[in-house]
Amino acid sequence: MSSFKTSLAHEFTKGLWKENPVLRMLLGLCPTLAVTNSAVNGLSMGLAVIFTLTCSSTLISLIRNIVPKQVRIPTFIIVIATFVTVADRTLAAFFPTISKALGPYVPLIVVNCIILGRQEAFASKNPVHRAIIDALGMSIGFTLTLTILGMFRELLGAGSIFNLPIMPESFDTWLVMILPPGAFLALGLMIGIANWINSKLGIKS
Amino acid sequence: MEGKKTNKLEEKILYLSPSPHVKSGESVPRIMWTVVITLMPATIMGVYFFGIRALWVILVSIATAVITEASIQLMRRKKITVYNGSAVITGLLLALCLPPSIPYYAVIIGTFFGIAVGKHAFGGLGYNIFNPALIGRAFLQASFPVKMTTWTPTLLQQKCVDAVTTATPLGLFKFEKVTTPYVDLLWGNVGGCIGETCAIAIIAGGIILLVLRYADWRIPLSYLGTVAILGGIFWLINPEQYPDPLFHLLAGGLMLGAFFMATDMVTSPSTPLGSWIFGIGAGTLLIIIRLFGGLPEGVMYSIILMNSVTPLINMFTRPKILGEKK
Repeated sequence: MSSFKTSLAHEFTKGLWKENPVLRMLLGLCPTLAVTNSAVNGLSMGLAVIFTLTCSSTLISLIRNIVPKQVRIPTFIIVIATFVTVADRTLAAFFPTISKALGPYVPLIVVNCIILGRQEAFASKNPVHRAIIDALGMSIGFTLTLTILGMFRELLGAGSIFNLPIMPESFDTWLVMILPPGAFLALGLMIGIANWINSKLGIKS
Repeated sequence: MEGKKTNKLEEKILYLSPSPHVKSGESVPRIMWTVVITLMPATIMGVYFFGIRALWVILVSIATAVITEASIQLMRRKKITVYNGSAVITGLLLALCLPPSIPYYAVIIGTFFGIAVGKHAFGGLGYNIFNPALIGRAFLQASFPVKMTTWTPTLLQQKCVDAVTTATPLGLFKFEKVTTPYVDLLWGNVGGCIGETCAIAIIAGGIILLVLRYADWRIPLSYLGTVAILGGIFWLINPEQYPDPLFHLLAGGLMLGAFFMATDMVTSPSTPLGSWIFGIGAGTLLIIIRLFGGLPEGVMYSIILMNSVTPLINMFTRPKILGEKK
């Protein structure tokens, strides 16, 4: 254990805030913008990523010493694609409505930068337990961000959170918030707030 | 770091700049308050036609703009500059391009968005890319599309016809091929946004702005000219299908947009050639939207789109420095 510079707890918590894939590294913005028109969609997307990233990181970390360096990227992609297919088919079989709402964005997790990035930067260089902790932290950070973004947009755009009506009947929904421009506005504001908090905490970007 | 740097610059008292040193009596507050005064004819006519509710919409919008600007400057620990009138202009302009029946909460949301996101998120007056009033309106248009396109008849029209809603001249032409008499368009006795219906009042205020040189005459001229020429070409091709150029000029928000929104000093090009490009671009976009788009009106989008290319226009039309080789 002492051979590692950072603690396991750090590997987990970095993904939640300090190296949050969406708010700090601006990775995986495509699904972030596209599926967060409701809290449920954001959360489902996040869960699919938790599954895919954790499984892929585990497997990549296990085979890291037998994969030749020259073919590592194709190997990563094949491993990731396998787990994405599992997630995609599972969603389609058991949660057809959510699968329909997420559309092509579940299959597109294959090319999501967060997942490939973690394999290249972390799983392929670290033992399996650290890879799993890192994957969980990153994907939970991703999930939290998407869920909060989805909650915010759903609240203003549809007057509800997780389909529960929150706003009074007379509330006039802000249509733009559940449309694509609302995604850019809400994400921009969220990143701005995150940067502002970091500047207060003295964390350098 | 960035913030600290600008703070230091603002605090600096002594400026050293190369000669010639020309001093002028112009100041931001003076320009801004003059613009407010030149908007008064259009405002008064709007209240005259749409009644006391229009006045409340205008007051709510101005109050929200001023409060939003002051609280953001307070929050960011910047100097509070609401007295310079720029927030008042944003509030007033936004109210003038809203339908008279707009709910008050929508006015507050739109004005807040325009000032907070359209202006202060970019760094405040002088740093905003888009005209804040138009950003507020665009946000409202995208958020409440039905409420933003529900038009009430003017008080004069209500005396003759018992109707709750009406259509704007542009909407009437686009969807029903009904033309509106020019007298009504000039005088403003038509459905539309609070401050955009009376062409005479807007032109009167606008000409004062141009004479005082607080607005670059090239922008309204090239904007209106392009609309007239392009609109005229289509009218000549098929007078049944397309309205005539005079109708294009007088109907909708073009006058208000050309004189008061496109000429915003911050968001329009700073070179003469750039101003021409800006006006011609906005005019072309407007004709495309009006004749071939889904919406009857496109002044807002045409100006916002040209705002977004203004930095580029400025870059390409930069005058040559004396002695500079190409």
